[in-house]
Amino acid sequence: MNATDTMQTSEAREPRFGFWRRSYAMLVKEFIQLRRDRVSFAMIIMLPVMQLTLFGYAINTTPRNLPTAVLTQEDTDLGRSILKAMENTAYFHFVREVHTVEEFDELLQSGKVLFGVEIPRGFERAVRRGDKPALLVAADATDPVAAGSALGALGPLVQTALAHDLHIGDPPDMPFEIRAHARYNPAADSRLNIVPGLVGTILTMTMLIFTALSVTREIERGTMESLLSMPIKPVEVMFGKIIPYVLVGFIQATLIIAIGILLFGVPVLGSLTLLALLTTLFITTNLSIGYTFSTIVQNQLQAMQLSMMFFLPSILLSGFMFPFAGMPVWAQYIGEGLPLTHFVRIVRAIMLKGAAMQNLQYDTIALVALMLFAMTVAVTRFRRTLD
Amino acid sequence: MNGGPTSTQPNAPSIAIDVKGLTKSFGGREVVHDLSMQVKRGSIYGFLGPNGSGKTTTIRILCGLLTPDSGEGTCLGYDIRRDADKIKRRVGYMTQRFSLYQDLSVRENLEFVARLYGMPDARGAARDMIARIGLKGREEQLAANLSGGWKQRLALGACTLPNPQLLLLDEPTAGVDPKARRDFWNEIHALAAEGLTVLVSTHYMDEAERCHEIAYIAYGHLLAHGTVDEVIAASALSTWTVTGDDFNGLMAELTGKPGVDMVAPFGTSLHVSGRDKAALEAAIAPYRDNSKWHWQASEPSLEDVFIDLMGRSTDNFQG
Repeated sequence: MNATDTMQTSEAREPRFGFWRRSYAMLVKEFIQLRRDRVSFAMIIMLPVMQLTLFGYAINTTPRNLPTAVLTQEDTDLGRSILKAMENTAYFHFVREVHTVEEFDELLQSGKVLFGVEIPRGFERAVRRGDKPALLVAADATDPVAAGSALGALGPLVQTALAHDLHIGDPPDMPFEIRAHARYNPAADSRLNIVPGLVGTILTMTMLIFTALSVTREIERGTMESLLSMPIKPVEVMFGKIIPYVLVGFIQATLIIAIGILLFGVPVLGSLTLLALLTTLFITTNLSIGYTFSTIVQNQLQAMQLSMMFFLPSILLSGFMFPFAGMPVWAQYIGEGLPLTHFVRIVRAIMLKGAAMQNLQYDTIALVALMLFAMTVAVTRFRRTLD
Repeated sequence: MNGGPTSTQPNAPSIAIDVKGLTKSFGGREVVHDLSMQVKRGSIYGFLGPNGSGKTTTIRILCGLLTPDSGEGTCLGYDIRRDADKIKRRVGYMTQRFSLYQDLSVRENLEFVARLYGMPDARGAARDMIARIGLKGREEQLAANLSGGWKQRLALGACTLPNPQLLLLDEPTAGVDPKARRDFWNEIHALAAEGLTVLVSTHYMDEAERCHEIAYIAYGHLLAHGTVDEVIAASALSTWTVTGDDFNGLMAELTGKPGVDMVAPFGTSLHVSGRDKAALEAAIAPYRDNSKWHWQASEPSLEDVFIDLMGRSTDNFQG
């Protein structure tokens, strides 16, 4: 009994601190592997640093310097003073001065400006007569966050400024009234803003991942060797991998938009055909970008990481979650490079403002350009040999 | 097949593979060194060598999957550097690891290949091939669920489907049972009879003996080539076969003796080989009178030759 006991312990004795030793061995191995995987390592460092600086500075829920158009139907001192007072609030930045209602409407509909100020004919005279005329401020309320804070600040700030500048009277009795008109989304219902944006966000996420994994999957499963030994060209591989998902994406988009209409009561004021067409373009652009990632990375994990790295700024810098106009200029430049930015504008304009193709030329061209750029990179990056 | 691809190219050169001085390194390590070879059209060329000897790399260079660091040559008359696309269209490559789509069925895999090569009737071509490789009734089975032997048949079917003129088979019978192996080789001979050139790498000696010509490659160097008889003759190896009981002591004593280069048991006999005939005889003289064993001078087997070549190359390139 005693003899067998000692025999057993001498044969297979559990080393002291066995658990910790094995865990340590594992930990060392993992660190070595992590160090070898340079891309993952770089992302571990880059991801938090980049995102914190990027989003920390870029996101501003009380945006300033919002692009504003002025429709002046008379040129008077009072009008100029009011505009000056508005600009002094720093919420508004006058970018265009127009003289017809049509131009005014077009600027708002195409999203070139978020606000329009209209000084009607005979405004100053009416003020002097004490008629309390209305100063019309039209806001693009498709994004209630952007419009809201500026509109909220408008009344009191202009009032104080004018009272001080012109000595027209004390704030309690304003000689004119500011009539704010929240266009496209009068109730400032954030669902109307969120749902169209969600169409783009969901599509970005799913489409990217579909194709981001496609080439690395072939390599990891060993099927790339067969594929490359056959007479197929990089462009053909790319189209073969993108096109099935265009259909998948289209079905997904239809589903989301249908839910938006039926469940959330989001209107589609513009053309459904145009919406379908531009949505397909957006889907293809995202698939191309995902495919490009797939040709750059070495394994599926990297593909997922790269997709996430692209996805987060897409959500935060595209104007989907936070007002685009409120971001600093450099962040806006990054935003312009993201397909979601352009699609959010397109889908909001078509659904909520009833915009037509001529209002959306810029964003459409931007999507096409991003798609072609991604495809070119993918085709040149695709390795035709196993070297 | 189906009329024979060679008949469509009357002026085809009689040499299918003709390469000179191929060299390829990975991460500073030379995997293929100054390799030259010629393979006649319509022949079965066996490619032998230990693991990691550069067989797969050479095959990949031949079908345009790798670019050689230096060296040149032609495959089916096309330059291996410039005409990779043309070569790919005419060459069937069967990879060492099963590399068709596991999540596609037998039929879908074959139809994919047929379509990729632009065959006019992909469905028909796939159907015919399924019948030819004996996978009828398993058309709809996913490749992942096929056994090793069936997978190998499917892979062979896929690479012969577009009527190639040259087949490159990288260890096609690894891990396949003897019956399937025999069927496979019958198929290879049938294809060669139709005019196909076949380059096949293998570890099996019996398969090497089924080839018209063989080449032995170790550590990236081509060490011997020719017919099986030529390779054996060129080895200049003398072999004695010992039969009897209890080799263990004898093996230990002979191993390392001057003149004895190799001692290897073969079932109930022992092969004792040496490159210097006189030295070998001197070395074994003390044991020949022992009645326990029966000594007989014999031809070295292909395996003796290869193991000797491998041993020598280890000395040369690793020592």
